[in-house]
Amino acid sequence: MVERASPLGSDFRPGSYGDFANGAEVTILELDRAGIVEATAWPGQEKALCEALAGACNLRLSAGSGNGAANREGVCAFNIGPGRFLVSGPRETLAGQLESAVPDTIGTVTDLSHGRTVLGIEGPKAEWVLAKLFALDFASAAFPVHSGCATAHHEIAVQIQRRGEKRFELYVSRSFARSFANTLRRAAEDVGYTIK
Amino acid sequence: MLIDCPHCGPRDLAEFSYQGDATRTRPDPASTDTQAWLDYVYNRPNPAGRHREYWQHTGGCRAHLVVERDTLTHEIHAVAPVRGNAKSGDAA
Ligand SMILES: [Zn+2]
Repeated sequence: MVERASPLGSDFRPGSYGDFANGAEVTILELDRAGIVEATAWPGQEKALCEALAGACNLRLSAGSGNGAANREGVCAFNIGPGRFLVSGPRETLAGQLESAVPDTIGTVTDLSHGRTVLGIEGPKAEWVLAKLFALDFASAAFPVHSGCATAHHEIAVQIQRRGEKRFELYVSRSFARSFANTLRRAAEDVGYTIK
Repeated sequence: MLIDCPHCGPRDLAEFSYQGDATRTRPDPASTDTQAWLDYVYNRPNPAGRHREYWQHTGGCRAHLVVERDTLTHEIHAVAPVRGNAKSGDAA
């Protein structure tokens, strides 16, 4: 495998930044997802797609707006549109695996592994930082663990999945990732942040 | 202005792209009636009040929508997916 280079640049390096005198309240990191895939159902095949993905990845996934799931091997999936799911995992074989699992009578599978960068933000102020960038309700009652959504920060499309009470993962087009990471860092300055 | 996307729920206008007048009736593609094509391509009634429009949730689920919007107040009266609701004819 060709080693994939980070698009975030040499400026994105470990350390604490911003107002961290009283401790950094969020951690920002680039996540290593070797496989990132979008799976889309033809109209009427949403449930069948969901079942195919759930079966292939051992996920408890259900169709419908914002639904998501994750398994113990680090594969996660969430709904990003009518009949559309974003699936990612630690192995670059994910796209091939899903291509075999989703027959073309059900829908399509598109390998985005080299087209997206995944950023994680974690910590007690993760909701606070994200709420500065997106007009969405990040409270866990409205945005429960594993659920996700497709949104945008200005013109940069971002797909967000909540992976824990205090942890979110953000999928950004690779060519916009450095700019978006800088925006995210700027938004986290007031609470102090650590890059891991 | 908020548009209540049937898939995503209420989202800021910035996430949506206007896709044009949803009240137009496309002439029969075989038609050579130039006046009918002129009306279809260029002439718009530009109403002050309720208007039926196509929008796309480009910064979200990417669904194409039919939005009934008041052009005077920007009040949104109805939002529906285009699929199943694209009556390419009369205004709602
Ligand atoms: Zn939407």
